[in-house]
Amino acid sequence: MSSVEIKKISGKGIPVKGNDIDTDRIIPARFLKCVTFESLGPESFKDDRFDQEGNSKNHSFDNPNYKDANILFVNKNFGCGSSREHAPQALNRWGIKTIVGESFAEIFFGNCVAMGIPCFTVEKKVIDEIMLLIEGSPSVSISVDIENLKINVDGKEFDANIPDGPQGQLLNGSWDATSQLLENEKEVKDVASSLPYVSGW
Amino acid sequence: MSSGKSLYEKVFDKHVVKKLPSGQYQLFIGLHLIHEVTSPQAFGMLRDQKLKVRFPERTFATPDHIVPTSDQSRPFKDAMSEEMMCHLENNCAENDIKLFDMKKGEQGVVHIIGPENGLTQPGMVISCGDSHTSTHGAFGSIAFGIGTSQVRDVLATQTLAMAKLKVRKIEINGSLNPGVYAKDVILYIINQLGVNGGVGYAYEFSGDVITNMSMEERMTVCNMSIEGGARVGYINPDEKTFDYLKGKLYSPTSEEFDKAKEFWQSISSDEDAEYNDVIVFQGDAIEPMVTWGITPAQSIGIKGSIPALDSFNDDERPLIKEAFEYMGFDEGQEIESTKVDVCFIGSCTNGRLSDFKEVARLVKGRHVADHVQALIVPGSQKIKVEAEKLGLDKIFIEAGFEWREAGCSMCLAMNPDKLKGNQVSASSSNRNFKGRQGSPTGRTLLMSPAMVAAAAICGGVADCREVFAN
Repeated sequence: MSSVEIKKISGKGIPVKGNDIDTDRIIPARFLKCVTFESLGPESFKDDRFDQEGNSKNHSFDNPNYKDANILFVNKNFGCGSSREHAPQALNRWGIKTIVGESFAEIFFGNCVAMGIPCFTVEKKVIDEIMLLIEGSPSVSISVDIENLKINVDGKEFDANIPDGPQGQLLNGSWDATSQLLENEKEVKDVASSLPYVSGW
Repeated sequence: MSSGKSLYEKVFDKHVVKKLPSGQYQLFIGLHLIHEVTSPQAFGMLRDQKLKVRFPERTFATPDHIVPTSDQSRPFKDAMSEEMMCHLENNCAENDIKLFDMKKGEQGVVHIIGPENGLTQPGMVISCGDSHTSTHGAFGSIAFGIGTSQVRDVLATQTLAMAKLKVRKIEINGSLNPGVYAKDVILYIINQLGVNGGVGYAYEFSGDVITNMSMEERMTVCNMSIEGGARVGYINPDEKTFDYLKGKLYSPTSEEFDKAKEFWQSISSDEDAEYNDVIVFQGDAIEPMVTWGITPAQSIGIKGSIPALDSFNDDERPLIKEAFEYMGFDEGQEIESTKVDVCFIGSCTNGRLSDFKEVARLVKGRHVADHVQALIVPGSQKIKVEAEKLGLDKIFIEAGFEWREAGCSMCLAMNPDKLKGNQVSASSSNRNFKGRQGSPTGRTLLMSPAMVAAAAICGGVADCREVFAN
C-alpha cells in the first residue's frame, strides 16, 4: 500500500495571484456538502471566478491559455483558514499536481503532502519573475525537480525549497503515511499503556 | 545546567511512538473528535483499503456544521445534509464509535462537546478534522486540526506523522479594561502578529490576563490561534482547569482525581522553560476590537479608523485594496456606526453559557433595532438547556433576538443560516473571509459577543462600553 515515488513534475503553469488566499476561496463551504471528494474539481475558486449572476470574473482558472496547466503558482500564506482537505482535493481534481508559492498555511501544506502534491516555496522575486514569464507565454514548458529542488521554466532555472521530511516522503514514495504508521503496532501499544489517561489513573 | 521544558515539548515527547525515516514523528493521538463534514471520505478510504478503526474508544463524534438550527426534524429538508448525517450515524454504529446524539440531547459543536463532557483533558494530544481544534489547548493539551487523509490515519492507527513545532510564548500582562473580552484579546494578538505570524509555531498563552480568565474565555483565545497561523495554541493548566473538569462525564472520578491532577501538573511548562520566541503585550492597551477586512488580522479598536493604504508594505497593498473594495470601506473611515443587517452570537469561539449570561445581562430590557435580524445560537444542546434554566432565552426573545437550536449556524455556510446578498453581519464567530457566512458578497465584522449585542441594539457598530454604560 505504499505510495508512488514523486521525483519530477512537468507541464504547464498557471498563476493565481494574491496573499492570504484562504480555503473558503479555494472551495466555498457550500460545496463541502458531500460524502466523497469526486465532484469538487469544477468548483475550485468558484466565487473568485464567477459573480452571482454567473458572469466570469476572468480568473486565471477560466483563461483558455492556461487550459491543462498542472503547476500552480501562488503568493504568500496560500491555503490559510480551515483544515478542509476539500481544498487540495478540489485543486487536484482540477488538474493541479504541484504548487509553488512564497509560503503556505501549515495544515494546507500537510494535506497536500498527504495527497502527494508537493508544495514548494520560492523567494518573492522568483515567484514574480515566474508569474511574469507564464503570463507572457502561457504554453511555456515547466518542470519541478523534487530531488534537486530546481524549477525550470523554459530553460531558466530557479531554486525552490521544501522541508527535508516531506521531500524525503515524496522521493521515496512514503507520502501516504498510513502504511508506515501501521507498521509500529507494538510501539503504539507501549505508548498507549504509558499514558495514564489511556491505561487508567 | 539544562533548562526546563515547555508543556508542548513534554506532552509531545510523551506521545512519540517513533521517529520516522522522513524525520517526522509518529505521534499517538489521545483523543480524536470527528464530525459529518471531514469524516465520511476518511471512512470511505478505510473501506477501500480494508482497514479497521484501531482504537474506537478514543474517537468521539458529533454532527455540527450542517445541522439546521430551526427545523431539526428528520429527514433534514436538505437531502445532502441528511445524507451526510446518515453517513456519520452509520459509520459510528458500524465502528463502535460514540456519537453525541441529537435525539438524546447530547449534540453540539465539536469543540464545545469535548470540554463539556470532560473528554478534553490536560496533557493529551487531540486531533480533529477541523482547524478550530486548537480550542482544546485551553486545558493544557496539544490540539490541532487535520485533513481527511489524516483523519483516516488516526482512525486506522490512532497515530499521525507530525513534525515538531517551535514554541512562542505570548504573555499578556496587567489587566483588561471594562468592556474588553477574551475575543478582543485574541483579535488584538492576531492584528499584531498577522495571519501567518504563527506558521510553524505553537502559541503558549500566559500572563496575568490569561491566568485571570475563566476556562470558557481561555477557550475563546485558543480557538482563534489558527487565525494567527498557529496550528496549536495552549494554556498551562491550573486550579481553574481542574475545577472545571470535576464531575464531568468523562473526567477522572473523585477517587482518581488526585492522581490525575498530579499528572496534569507535571506536564505544565517549567519555570525555566526555553522558548523559541517570547512576545509580551499589555492587557490595558487592548480596546474592543472590530474587523474591517477579509482576514481576521484586518481589525481596529472600536474608536479607531480604517488604516491608510500607504501604512502597509508594498506586497500587502493588493490584499488591502481587495478588502476595501469587497467590504465597501475606505481608508480613514471610522468603523463606529457602520450599519449592520445581521447579528450572530454563537460558534465554537463564543457560543458557550458564559457568553450568553453576559449578553443576557447586557441586553435585558433593551431591544434589537428594527432592521436587524439577530440570532443567538447555543453551541450545544446542553448549553441550550442550561441557558433556559436560567431564563436567558426569555430575556433574548423579549429583546428581539431569535433563540435557536445548537449548531455551527452562521459561522459558515453549510446550513440554512446564511447572509443574503451583500448584507453586513456583526458576528461573534472566527472568520471574516469573503463569502464565509454564506453569501459570496456577504460582509462579516468579527467582534466580541458584547459588541455584537451592542450592534444589534443600535443597528450599527457601537461601543459596548457606551451602549451598556447604565
